[in-house]
Amino acid sequence: MTAELIHRLHFAFTITFHYLFPQLTMGLALLIVVLKSVALKTGSQQWDRAARFWGRIFAINFVFGVVTGIPMEFEFGTNWARFSRLSGGVIGQPLAMEGVFSFFLESAFLGLFLYGEKRISKVMHWFSAVMVFAGSWISGFFIIVTDAWMQHPVAYDRLPNGQFEVLSFWQLLLNPWALLQYAHNMTGAVVTGAFVMSAVGAFYLLEGIREEQARIFLKVGVIAGVIASIAIIFPTGDLHGKYVARNQPAAIAGMEGLFKSEAGAGMVLIGQPNEETGEIDNPIVVNDALSFLIYGTTKAEVKGLDQIPRDQWPTALPLLFYAYHIMAGLGTWFVLLMVASAFLLWRNKLYTAPWALWALLLSFPLPYIANTAGWMTAELGRQPWLIYGLMRTSEGYSNTVSASNGLFTLLGFMGLYTLLGLLFTVLIYREISNGPESTSAHESHAV
Amino acid sequence: MMGFIWFWLVAVMIVGYVVLDGFDLGVGVLHLFLVRNEQERRTTLASIGPVWDGNEVWLLAGGGTLYFAFPLLYASAFSGFYLPLMIVLWLLVLRGVSLELRNHTDVGVWRALLDGVFGLASGLLTIFFGAALANVLRGVPLQADGYFFLPLWTNWQPGVHPGILDWYTVIGGLVALAALTLHGALWLTIKTAGELEQRARRIVNPLWLLLAALTVVSLVATIAVRPASLNNYFNYPFTFIIPVGVIASLAAIWFFNRKLQPMKAFLSSCGYLFFMLAGACWGLYPTLLPATTGADRDITMSNAISGPHTLAVGLAWWGFGMALAVSYVVFVYSKFRGKVDIDSAGH
Repeated sequence: MTAELIHRLHFAFTITFHYLFPQLTMGLALLIVVLKSVALKTGSQQWDRAARFWGRIFAINFVFGVVTGIPMEFEFGTNWARFSRLSGGVIGQPLAMEGVFSFFLESAFLGLFLYGEKRISKVMHWFSAVMVFAGSWISGFFIIVTDAWMQHPVAYDRLPNGQFEVLSFWQLLLNPWALLQYAHNMTGAVVTGAFVMSAVGAFYLLEGIREEQARIFLKVGVIAGVIASIAIIFPTGDLHGKYVARNQPAAIAGMEGLFKSEAGAGMVLIGQPNEETGEIDNPIVVNDALSFLIYGTTKAEVKGLDQIPRDQWPTALPLLFYAYHIMAGLGTWFVLLMVASAFLLWRNKLYTAPWALWALLLSFPLPYIANTAGWMTAELGRQPWLIYGLMRTSEGYSNTVSASNGLFTLLGFMGLYTLLGLLFTVLIYREISNGPESTSAHESHAV
Repeated sequence: MMGFIWFWLVAVMIVGYVVLDGFDLGVGVLHLFLVRNEQERRTTLASIGPVWDGNEVWLLAGGGTLYFAFPLLYASAFSGFYLPLMIVLWLLVLRGVSLELRNHTDVGVWRALLDGVFGLASGLLTIFFGAALANVLRGVPLQADGYFFLPLWTNWQPGVHPGILDWYTVIGGLVALAALTLHGALWLTIKTAGELEQRARRIVNPLWLLLAALTVVSLVATIAVRPASLNNYFNYPFTFIIPVGVIASLAAIWFFNRKLQPMKAFLSSCGYLFFMLAGACWGLYPTLLPATTGADRDITMSNAISGPHTLAVGLAWWGFGMALAVSYVVFVYSKFRGKVDIDSAGH
């Protein structure tokens, strides 16, 4: 195994595991604000209790997000030293801004939200929830800005020693790629939050317990779910996809498995890309669909891999193709399920429709898979570049850190994260079993 | 000029991290020895519960600032200190998770395990942080290309090709362990009451004696290992105010603890940490990472600093952002001021 592969796996593994937590944190933060707002407006104990319950789930999730997030900032330096040396002046900025503008805010108000309910007024407690939401969404923004600069570098110059430097604060933050990716990604986080909340509601109703709470969870979860599931395809996914197509033709060709440039390109729904023959094996294709989706007309030509030099093809082509198709396929399922559930909710039949409740319960892992697959699509699509068009991945890893040392710590992280995954599952299961009526879990949090 | 500004801004953030996360690390170590029952343990942990996570943010924000202001240093130091940094990350993970988890279980065995992990991880972290600073003060075998890679240990001697751990860096680790444990004990004298407070106050004395002794040893050792550390002091003799500050703040800790003025004693301990770190920074300045392989390979302020545009952009948001951040910190600490009372409030 080469050092380059080990360093890539190291970052990929730790970031993939990490992002299982923030996607729920960011999605739930919004839904908790909804719960708290209704509680504040109506004075309802039930909605306050629901907010407190999800606050406990949030707290556990938040801690796992924090502890798995710290390694990410470090790994830029430890595993990607040559990249950091040249690009630190640019991407170090949004990473530092995340700490300064978001983490201080988020940690301060989360402490107040979880520990201080009896020390502050109702409005102040609601305000804490809003600030936690703001903090977590600002944090997401700076990470997207960092990634967007690697995908689509803007507002930079190169010093004589090869280092990149940033020329404009606002151009860096308002990178069009970042804005589109942010909209798409945050919608994805809301999808996760909505599915998790709906699934717990469905679980309680199917079990015939805590029905009043369950109905609140389902109402909020399904309404948020139907909005987010539609918005993640149109407009956010649609716009982001079109922008990728214009700026990273190799990525789109890889995602779609388009080996040959075509006017009226078809969209492959399923199949296996064959790099040897340059064809899709066992394809099921919708004619002209790809041209239409990207350019709005069925006649437009879409650039295929044949127009791209072989050494600039995405390095893990089949994985890119599958990741994209898994994301898109699941996204379609989310719309179907959530539109059906929302219809039943409107007709007042959702709470008594076991098949819909079962579907909601069993679907909760799927947004995690879809979000992960979406990120794999973005990052594998960027390959072989680390900074698109400017620096290759092979030029960026720490070449003073041997493959052996990298593997040593990768295995360490795998072991540690396996343990974390088990603990997390047990803890969340326990909170859900104890339910919203329990207050014991965080009693020792009291101050 | 820009180098000068960012050198000290990063230094301020490191001091902020050590002073703030320092006391919760110290409480982590102490709770293993100090508490007698579950009630006391909950009180002890509740004294850091709402703030430890925010305290850790200083590390991230400081790291990020270092990253964009001195990318060469960030790249070189982080890849060179690869193994100890990964161990630090694992310890930070274990520490954060064990502290949160113990709030979610009523099973005594699990609590005992989690408390043990929390205490041990806290202690090891203080030692690693101290050793890390000592590594920087001693210097590392920088190659011509600005990179290096240190094994965890070689022959335990500082020299041209040392390990992360040698007798000198171990002293650094012990100084940090003693200083932060004392810092944590003083925090507990502010935040707790009754018997627990008494015990915390009593443990200050032996910790203080240990720290005073280690401070002297570390000072002598630093001069022995890198005599150049004294150059700035002799060139600007008024800066001997820094070691005077170390001594004065140590004396003040003893004095105010005796006088039962815990807040002043704690602030004196903040002062001690500040002067010790300022002394170390001034001993290095303008070098950021000395080379054991020849001073021409030193990573310095001027060869590691980012481009002028980057720094101008950074300066534009940094002051505003940190002012906001400090206001949150002040706000939260004021909301949770006073003694911990685990019965009067709940989640």
